[in-house]
Amino acid sequence: MQVVRSHQSHRSFSSSSGSVSASPTLPLYRSAPELEVRLEDFESFAIDRLRVLKGISDGLSRGKKPDEMEKLVNELWKTNMRHQDSSQVLNKDIISHFVLRLVYCRTEELRKWFLSMESALFRHRFRNQTAEAQRAIMEEFDLPCKAVSNAEFESLKDKLGQVARSIGHNLSLSTTDAIYYKVPFEEVPELVTGRKVFINQGYAYVAMNQVVSLVATIFRSLLSKALILTNRKWATSIREQEQHRLTPIVEALCSSYLGPDFSQPKEYGEISLKDIDQVAKSSFPLCMRHLFEKLREDHHLKHAGRMQLGLFLKGVGLNVDDSLAFWREEFSKKVGLEKFEKDYAYNIRHNYGKEGKKTDYTPYSCQKIILSTPGVGDHHGCPYRHFGEENLRAALSRMGVNSRAMEDVMGKVRNRDYQLACTLTFEALHAASCDAGINHPNQYFSDSQRLLKAKKDSST
Amino acid sequence: MTRQGAYKESDDMLIDEPKLPQQGQIAALPNEFNPSYLKIYYSKLFPHADLYRWMSYGNDGKHPACDSSYLGRREFSYTLDNDIFVRYNTFNSATELENSIKDKCPLKIDIGPIYNLNPARRNAYAGDNVLTPVERELIFDIDMSDYDDVRYCCSGADVCLNCWPLMTVAVKVIDTSLRDDFGFRHILWVYSGRRGVHCWVCDRKARRLTNEQRAAVADYFRVYKGNENNYKKVSLMGQVLHPFLARSYTEVLKEYFETKLLTSQNLLSSEERYEKILEMIPDQSIASELRGKWQESRRSSSAKEDINIVRWEQLKQLLQKHKAQVVRRCVEEIVFTYTFPRLDMEVSKHMNHLLKAPFCVHPKTGRVCVPINPNNCEEFDPTTVPTLIQLLEELNREGLRSDVEGEWNKTSLANAIKLFRSSFLQPLLKICKEEMESSYNAKLQQSKNLLSW
Repeated sequence: MQVVRSHQSHRSFSSSSGSVSASPTLPLYRSAPELEVRLEDFESFAIDRLRVLKGISDGLSRGKKPDEMEKLVNELWKTNMRHQDSSQVLNKDIISHFVLRLVYCRTEELRKWFLSMESALFRHRFRNQTAEAQRAIMEEFDLPCKAVSNAEFESLKDKLGQVARSIGHNLSLSTTDAIYYKVPFEEVPELVTGRKVFINQGYAYVAMNQVVSLVATIFRSLLSKALILTNRKWATSIREQEQHRLTPIVEALCSSYLGPDFSQPKEYGEISLKDIDQVAKSSFPLCMRHLFEKLREDHHLKHAGRMQLGLFLKGVGLNVDDSLAFWREEFSKKVGLEKFEKDYAYNIRHNYGKEGKKTDYTPYSCQKIILSTPGVGDHHGCPYRHFGEENLRAALSRMGVNSRAMEDVMGKVRNRDYQLACTLTFEALHAASCDAGINHPNQYFSDSQRLLKAKKDSST
Repeated sequence: MTRQGAYKESDDMLIDEPKLPQQGQIAALPNEFNPSYLKIYYSKLFPHADLYRWMSYGNDGKHPACDSSYLGRREFSYTLDNDIFVRYNTFNSATELENSIKDKCPLKIDIGPIYNLNPARRNAYAGDNVLTPVERELIFDIDMSDYDDVRYCCSGADVCLNCWPLMTVAVKVIDTSLRDDFGFRHILWVYSGRRGVHCWVCDRKARRLTNEQRAAVADYFRVYKGNENNYKKVSLMGQVLHPFLARSYTEVLKEYFETKLLTSQNLLSSEERYEKILEMIPDQSIASELRGKWQESRRSSSAKEDINIVRWEQLKQLLQKHKAQVVRRCVEEIVFTYTFPRLDMEVSKHMNHLLKAPFCVHPKTGRVCVPINPNNCEEFDPTTVPTLIQLLEELNREGLRSDVEGEWNKTSLANAIKLFRSSFLQPLLKICKEEMESSYNAKLQQSKNLLSW
């Protein structure tokens, strides 16, 4: 790809051609194509695509169902990825992707985010392709799966039908429904995980409509490897070469679009141990309040709960010594002082980056918490998602949510808009609106503290 | 065992073996685990060579395809006296492994993954070239304490013959699925020593699964999704059950629920207990009807029939003929809730998770972690698993009778070790050898093809 100014001065920044796309409308981004792009477009194409990716990210956090996501993706794409010259639409698609690769290749966190969003985008766009285009793409990806022969299909028809009905797809007798692919089960973890396929002797039998999953996995793994290579290229040559032209653009593009990760607590955050009970009642979101109360009640929390609450407290401003004192106070009531020091103190210090490989862990965002899977004896997770309706109502009313707000909140929960439910709770309890919506427990906390402080200041 | 402190190799030669309890003295000793007896166990009974051969996966031979660095990249962890935990122990030979265990006498040995580089030298590696697991058995850990909400005979660390059938169910369901569905063949089930079972899937394919793939398999086995915050723990959606669930139900769960657990746990005999089941029924009128019936008749009308069985039949009658599928499905949901295996997901999902080695002795019970044969797991009795003291008594009794196989052959450990070898180790090593030879031959052929032009 070559980036040029409107009045042409060439600098090449990556070469190698290759077939652009197995499908006329969905590129696979296998290699940067030979294209010229103007400097202005370099940035604006990337920003447009970033709007799409950010929109997808928001949609996922809100727990939108697949068909809602599909609508969302279509809208986002139509709105942002147009071009006045229709022959340039595909180019814009490709260029914007490769520019964002540069932007998001540079750290593990950035790569993870970009990978997730581009994979989600690809998955939804793939679904919308024609069957022919889909087949072409599968061939391009060298999928290690074979079509199931008629004979085998007949012998397995009952079981395949059972699986289809168990996940709500009715296996009709139409010819497309009779097309199954046989693939080693490890190639399709997403399908194995929900028991969405029939598995026999190590092979998963994938329906045509599930093929999307196969393809998305491959896309994701190819992109993942490519990002590592891009990072290397960036670090060793591109950043230096382009320091007066593309590098500043690339570096600016990234920071404007990801929210704060709360790894560095702000000034509002400082809480002291003696205030913690009070502050928990007034400013903790329900997920953390529940963990906190359970800790006070049982003097114990299982590992996942300790992580979720512990990192939250770190983000809120509790330093490592106060944190140790806090956990020690509770745990020593149940397991004794000695066992605490032996079994638990190490992990707390680990969370602050003081032990082992010294990673400074960041507090979990709502998206991460919603996706967790609390099991027996666990209290972590998102109550709006993981509590049964009765328990949730009880917890909310203990927080002080009035009955009218309660119904609105439960409505959001039923619709699986867990973060909106939390936002409404926030609004009800603080008698103020929260336009940005809740995306992170520490955001809930700092917004709450800010409001309370403002109220206190204005009343004095 | 000597006083605590650093062990020096020379010390080994000078230490007197602690005196074994004499016959007749046994009754006077507490039947507990005693670290000094471990020394004897490791010196005479623990199957070091078998562990070595297993962990080598065929790389201990002379075949040119053998990877001599293979064993040395496997992590072993020791829990020593005073809860000292030492990670990243590695060994390059059978004698190194054996001597280390005999020397250190760990209370517990954990097996970790095989890393890309020798973990003992991990601090020498800087930057991004970090230690990464490259192979690890697919493992499962099933712990009875995760079933505390569905068993009344014991709770927490205790286990008895009334609740052990839950483990039998878990072994049957998971073992069948691992073999029939996933096509795995080299599966080792081990008693955890106190209240559960571990499973090691050692096929080459299994060892190379990524974390994501492991999570997928563990999730495939997951049905129970509850905790105290959500009273409905099992939700079986869909018009019909997935073939895996259906098979588990008809082949294992239904029978164990109806013929064993219902009565041994008295699941419907008291109000507190039957309420837990009634609250799972989505149709309030049916629940009330049953509640009313049961509150009236505190005893079953016929003295012969167990009250739990009678009540279960009544419940099934009402639910199964209901027109709403969600109500009919409730019967299965109840059975699944009370019987379906509950795995510890975290253990299976991560390649770097450590798991206790078979043939360790559990410090709280003194019992040896012996293999369980999945083909007759219903006969396994945790209360008769050999204990450390028992084994030492047996050694004592047999005295100087020499045994070509090894000292363990004179004791109750013999069956366990033989089972380990015949049903697991030998078939595994045979396949490893075959795979090694065939891939080596394939490579040879490939390079021959390149050369001949």
